[in-house]
Amino acid sequence: MSLHHSPTRREMVLGSGALFAWAYAPKLARAEGRDPRMLVIVLRGALDGLGVVAPVGDPDWMSLRGDRALVLDGKTPALPLDSFFALNPAMPNLHRLYQARQAIIVHATATPYRERSHFDGQDVLESGFSRPGSTDSGWLNRALSSLAADGRVNPRGSRAFAVGPVTPLVVRGSAPIMSWVPQRLLPASDDTQMRLLDLYRHTDAKLARAFEGRRDLTTLARGAGMTAMSPRPAEPAAMGIARVREYAANVASAAATYLAQPDGPRVGAAGFVGWDTHINEGAAGGQLAALLGALDGAIAAIEKSMGSAWSETVVAIVTEFGRTARINGTDGTDHGTATIAALVGGALKGGRVIADWPGIKAADLHEGRDLKPTIDLRAVLKGVLQDHLRVDQRALTATVFPGSGDVKAIEGLVG
Amino acid sequence: MTSDQRRREAALALHRFGLGPRPGSIAAIASDPRGAVIAELDRPGAGRIDNPALMTSAQAARAAFEARAARQAQKIVAQRAEKEAEQLKAEGGSEQAARSMEPSKPAAAQAEQVPPVERQIFLQEVRAKLDAALLAEIGFAERLVWFWSNHFCVSGDKVPNMLGGYEREAIRPHILGHFADMLLAVEGHPAMLVYLDNFVSIGPNSVAGINRTRGRNENLAREILELHTLGVRTGYSQDDVVRFANVLTGWTIISANDNPEHGAEFIFNRRLHEPGPQQVIGKTYADDGVGQGRAVLMDLARHPATATHIAGKLARHFIADEPPPALIERLAAIFRESDGDLKELAKGLLAAPEAWAPEQAKLRRPSEWVVAMVRASGGRGDPERFARGQALLGEPMWRPPSPKGFADDEGAWIDTMGQRLDIANNFAERVAGRLDPQELLETALGPLASNETREAVARAESRQQGLTLAFMAPEFQRR
Repeated sequence: MSLHHSPTRREMVLGSGALFAWAYAPKLARAEGRDPRMLVIVLRGALDGLGVVAPVGDPDWMSLRGDRALVLDGKTPALPLDSFFALNPAMPNLHRLYQARQAIIVHATATPYRERSHFDGQDVLESGFSRPGSTDSGWLNRALSSLAADGRVNPRGSRAFAVGPVTPLVVRGSAPIMSWVPQRLLPASDDTQMRLLDLYRHTDAKLARAFEGRRDLTTLARGAGMTAMSPRPAEPAAMGIARVREYAANVASAAATYLAQPDGPRVGAAGFVGWDTHINEGAAGGQLAALLGALDGAIAAIEKSMGSAWSETVVAIVTEFGRTARINGTDGTDHGTATIAALVGGALKGGRVIADWPGIKAADLHEGRDLKPTIDLRAVLKGVLQDHLRVDQRALTATVFPGSGDVKAIEGLVG
Repeated sequence: MTSDQRRREAALALHRFGLGPRPGSIAAIASDPRGAVIAELDRPGAGRIDNPALMTSAQAARAAFEARAARQAQKIVAQRAEKEAEQLKAEGGSEQAARSMEPSKPAAAQAEQVPPVERQIFLQEVRAKLDAALLAEIGFAERLVWFWSNHFCVSGDKVPNMLGGYEREAIRPHILGHFADMLLAVEGHPAMLVYLDNFVSIGPNSVAGINRTRGRNENLAREILELHTLGVRTGYSQDDVVRFANVLTGWTIISANDNPEHGAEFIFNRRLHEPGPQQVIGKTYADDGVGQGRAVLMDLARHPATATHIAGKLARHFIADEPPPALIERLAAIFRESDGDLKELAKGLLAAPEAWAPEQAKLRRPSEWVVAMVRASGGRGDPERFARGQALLGEPMWRPPSPKGFADDEGAWIDTMGQRLDIANNFAERVAGRLDPQELLETALGPLASNETREAVARAESRQQGLTLAFMAPEFQRR
């Protein structure tokens, strides 16, 4: 086993990290005198919710996870959230924000997907449909399309933007997307760009549309003085955890810097991969702890880069499904069902864990192996979209999360 | 067919099925474009790389292991020397004596100039793959290698030293053979067993499992069913996954730590294997050790869902993001009726009328586009630069974001056209001294170049700009 990189030190790629945003301000929220920002972070690979927020008050907790369980009196003690739940000690920033009532944890939550394929699971999570393979667009993009836009933000622009070389499904759709990748090469001149755009406009509408995004974004970045920002490349050497931390913080900070600008976009998304902890999960000091530390650093970077806009921000952190309740034969966890979602931001009515705790006795587990879902993740997302961005209730059920008529939005998350 | 039509078809063949024209390619195959593509498949050794200088995957893994161990030892020796020198100084020894104990600085600096063996292996493998792509006359066999390597992907994040070896050992020999043979070679390859965690998976009722050090891991079994063979939502259950994972327990690798001669090679270890028969998708497989897993894999290779899954992916890769269902069914039938003969499948693709539709519907993946650019320019490519460029464009070499491989649809890639422009601009700057944009356009596109593209290139303010526009033209981005 020593032949390869030890799995606890395994380099985790966030290479498909992506960020996009919509370049309008939501008109209804504006009318209320607010200027809300929203960022969605998708953790790809299925997050072990019990390894992030542990039910330390559940009498069955220790027998479920044994010496792999996060505990309040461990070597690195878990951080208490309330009398029942405690947070992974790798996330001091999230804990601080929770105490400042700027973070909410939702536990035992899941999308409607009940199988265990990452890719179908991500499809359901990002598309917002109940079944995989239903559509080529994402719920966030459709939510934006349903909003009446206030033209004051980025008057030239009419589009969202993406950071990272591959566009995630959650942002694909008719609301156009811009793409931004950390700059490493001398860019082509404006003249060459214009000539190429002209060629595309005459020959290939799809390429033209995709390419226009770059031009708008270049202008926006210049306005924000962002051309100098150049996170280190994620290649060719695989990334060690220090690089993972740096990358996560850079992407998050780039997202927030755009969102914070007066004429910048208002809604964005970022994706991080690497959460598929089949072997040597290390919730309390290994692989998962390291990843959560990187995520915690990203949260802090967003808070900082948002500046005063933080008070109007909600960051939603979601994953495709959870992992097995018990540790598997290789000190990891296999694909499961319910997990946690986290909301962070100054706009929240935070400082609480929302859960309808299903229990973790053998008989309580979904199919005898996974944490049972008791809160539909769509209820959480609908609540945020409705109260924060003022997405219309009918649109939420008809187009954003089709087939979610019986899933009631959780109200009062924001405010 | 007129000679104009044949030239058009030749250019299309080079773009759609190959890796793009090199100087003179279009004319060279214009007399019989389809025949030329088929002929490439019939060439002996098609798809293989025979380079005795390259290490096998196991050799490479052992070399990296030895190098790492040696570096570790060196570090300890250096630390010890430093400590002793400090002690000497503290005990009042002369400065000179203390200094003579320090490791020789120039030697250490020299050692740093040679890239570590892991990096050398990686670059040699990139060089070999790049050569295979640049030297191919058309490149259809090589494209099939790329397709299958992405279908059965592993990642440098978990198996950094086996990437090229894995491809040469498990993929290349089988791209024109039978799917079942490729499947067996892939799932039993150390790179895959490590990538999808099976090398540490232990049957709960095996001798090792009872002694309870470790246990079962479902990862490989699930992804074989979902990604490699049947495809997702084809009727297998969570129980099938678990029982198939039981079947695969004991498929592991020899530790390089314990065995300097055979470390990192495949071994079936009965001590780890879950004993007894297992039922997978309705059929019971007797426990005859490694044969149990092989038997399941053989049946999966012949399952009709596998034929449909593979046919769909192949058509999607070569023809269109949403390929015509009739085409998929025709290819699936060839797969079923030929017992998964991949050469027949490839020929079936070439024989399909849909495969020669004049519209260039597919957006090239970054690797295909960069290689097409280098081929058109007649260059040899630089492995370091190529690897860096691929990472920048979102398709780092042998490092897909998940076991599903790199995405194969336009939506995933189209938003980074700006990044492609910077790469094209940078490449054009380097070759502008020796390439004329108009000639490049004839080489690279010839009859496929639109009037608009011709005009834009002709009006460019510099050679660099003209070349950049040609490389970025829709008919060069699409195939």
